Amino acid sequence: MLEKALRGGKWYWGWVFFLFTLIGIGFISYLHQFKYGLGITGMSRDVSWGLYIGQFTFLVGVAASAVVIVLPYYLHNYKVFGRITLLGEFLAVASVTMCMLFIFVDMGQPMRILNVFLYPTPSSVMFWDAIVLSGYLFLNLLVGWTVLGAERKGISPPGWIKPFIILAIAWAPSIHIVTAFLYQGLPGRHLWLTAVMAARFLASAFSSGPALIIILAMIVRKFTKFDPGREAIQALGRIITYFMIVNVLLFAFELFTAFYSKIPGHMHPFQYLYGGLYGYGKLLVPMWISIILAVVALILLINPNTRRNETTLAIAALATFFSLWVDKGFGLVVGGFIPNPFEKITEYWPTLPESLIALGIWAGGFLILTVLYKIAITVKEETA
Amino acid sequence: MYNAGKIIAGLIVFLLIVTYPFINRVVTKPVVDAEKVERLKIKKPKEFTIAEHMTILDEWRDSAVRDGRRIYMGSDEKKYPISLQRNCLLCHPKERLCDRCHNYVGVKPYCWNCHIEAKE
Amino acid sequence: MGISRREFLKVAGLSAIAGVGGSWVLSIPAKRDAEAYEFLRHPKALTAKKWGMVVDLRRFKTQEDYRKVIEACHNIHNVPQFDNPKHEIKWIWTDTFKHAFPGQEHKYIMEKLEHKPFLLLCNHCENPPCVRVCPTKATFKSKDGGIIMQDPHRCIGCRFCMAGCPYGARSFNWRDPRPFVKKINPGYPLRTIGVVEKCTFCEERLARGLIPACVEASNGGLIFGDLGDPDSEVRTALRANYTIRRKSELGTEPSVFYIIEI
Repeated sequence: MLEKALRGGKWYWGWVFFLFTLIGIGFISYLHQFKYGLGITGMSRDVSWGLYIGQFTFLVGVAASAVVIVLPYYLHNYKVFGRITLLGEFLAVASVTMCMLFIFVDMGQPMRILNVFLYPTPSSVMFWDAIVLSGYLFLNLLVGWTVLGAERKGISPPGWIKPFIILAIAWAPSIHIVTAFLYQGLPGRHLWLTAVMAARFLASAFSSGPALIIILAMIVRKFTKFDPGREAIQALGRIITYFMIVNVLLFAFELFTAFYSKIPGHMHPFQYLYGGLYGYGKLLVPMWISIILAVVALILLINPNTRRNETTLAIAALATFFSLWVDKGFGLVVGGFIPNPFEKITEYWPTLPESLIALGIWAGGFLILTVLYKIAITVKEETA
Repeated sequence: MYNAGKIIAGLIVFLLIVTYPFINRVVTKPVVDAEKVERLKIKKPKEFTIAEHMTILDEWRDSAVRDGRRIYMGSDEKKYPISLQRNCLLCHPKERLCDRCHNYVGVKPYCWNCHIEAKE
Repeated sequence: MGISRREFLKVAGLSAIAGVGGSWVLSIPAKRDAEAYEFLRHPKALTAKKWGMVVDLRRFKTQEDYRKVIEACHNIHNVPQFDNPKHEIKWIWTDTFKHAFPGQEHKYIMEKLEHKPFLLLCNHCENPPCVRVCPTKATFKSKDGGIIMQDPHRCIGCRFCMAGCPYGARSFNWRDPRPFVKKINPGYPLRTIGVVEKCTFCEERLARGLIPACVEASNGGLIFGDLGDPDSEVRTALRANYTIRRKSELGTEPSVFYIIEI
């Protein structure tokens, strides 16, 4: 089936070569970082995780969101999602790969990364994260490929794949809970030390991931002969609506705990992110853009007329995705380090090389997504 | 398949060649007990050191850094500090001890990113 | 040939896994025997159940007193001095009360206390979050004396320990440190790019029977000893003075105590 990715029109090849260009630039930037060190990024002794880990955190959520399609279809026979399970699973493959790439470029000694497996440390959440991410990648590749192969032959998938699908459904929330646990068990970081972190992660994952799937489904419908179906897109729209409401509510709950209790440790990160603290406010603009986008998204999503209209739904999906991309992929990680353990502030902003590497990885993820979608869509077009 | 005999024979030969380094290590490793007696001598035959120095350095490193045991006792009952800078390099200059072979075979172990070559 | 491309790829993939797995299995006999009798401790090595330190700031009167202590550590350990403050590496340093003990200060604080520099370093906690989170055990608690050690050979530079430490005690090599070490001490290695480093209670000196460099340079200002030995200097100091620890509510059980005079 791989050969189906090698046949395409000029738009397809134009897009692929554009992605390769971005990947190339990112790769050269990474060589520079490999030689010079992570010092070429904006990270510091105080803000020791930045864009890379933020993007990884956000993309784990996107990867987990495949379950939003897979669970209703396989566990509850929600036939409407039958056509797009592959879109979710292959998005999961591309996202998890991006997660692993973001972790790799963030390592100070990437050549030693296998030490995580050579010296297993069950007390370390990061050890478990490595395991669950690898497992999830394997599961989604296996399930996606098998199901697609069966579609190509025009038969139903083999019986032995069912337990793997059930496993993948259970595994999906776990990858995100484990990633949340990276943060929520650290005693010194008050923005993260909250039981609600894992819940927020799940809610934002199941908003941002399906939002991206809606956009991808609309693109697929426009550029190929495969139509995911209006009903499927509407169902996803309803799902995003409720999860986004939960996500915003959980955020509001955090604000309440912080500002009603008036405990400085709780308040300070929120003050820094949304109001400025001790005269520092570099993240104010992106964080408020995130809030505005979230409000716009909720208005368009909750109102059934704008949700049913596919143009406004697309705007809502984009707004959801980018709002959460800033909130989770940037504000959450950087905000956890500000103020530092001494109640002082060192600010963070990604540098150009850092951004180019991140862009290169996104392009790599989109390349994987393009190739897998091309194969899947071609198969669906041929068997339709 | 066509020429099955030749292909399978060729594959077996290929596998043997490719896995030769691993087979060699397992097969030619001396019996443990006799080897333990031999190992204790700090001044060892050159061939032994060349073959085993990676493992010896690994063990020494873990013993010193992770277990806090920084003395190695040879079978000559003499005690040697486990330290590149305070032991090996005191007598053998790095160029002859390490670089001579490493440069020849084209390996660049990164010991010297951190450890310091004694300049006497 | 009758084999399809997919079949071939499947067989090739499985063979690759078998090959890698097989060679890993073959390497098992060569694993290290940690209890081998040929590895010994130095005869003069100082041992303890749990090393601890009491900081007596009454002995620190001038800037020079602090500088001596910090330089003693940073010099012998080849700690680099980067020009970019974001890349700063420090094993021991000073800060004022409200930054050393955030949340303990108040509006009417005693002026002498407000401006007094406090010496800060890794607290060598009994319950260290950094050790808990390290995925490779590159940072670990030593069996002798409970020192929170750092193995720069194993560190993958993930910086999870830095996120986990509530005391900001850890530094990372954002660049190659060698050009930034003013005077290299040949008796101790440097670190390489991309690994974390911090105070290790001079474990390499304790192993040879010497007290930590900062303690030696402090002229009695830093009291060091075995918290598990009721007759040690540290326990004596702890019985005689009111001492506090940093962020003790977090349950990390720091082993560094600060005398607050009453």
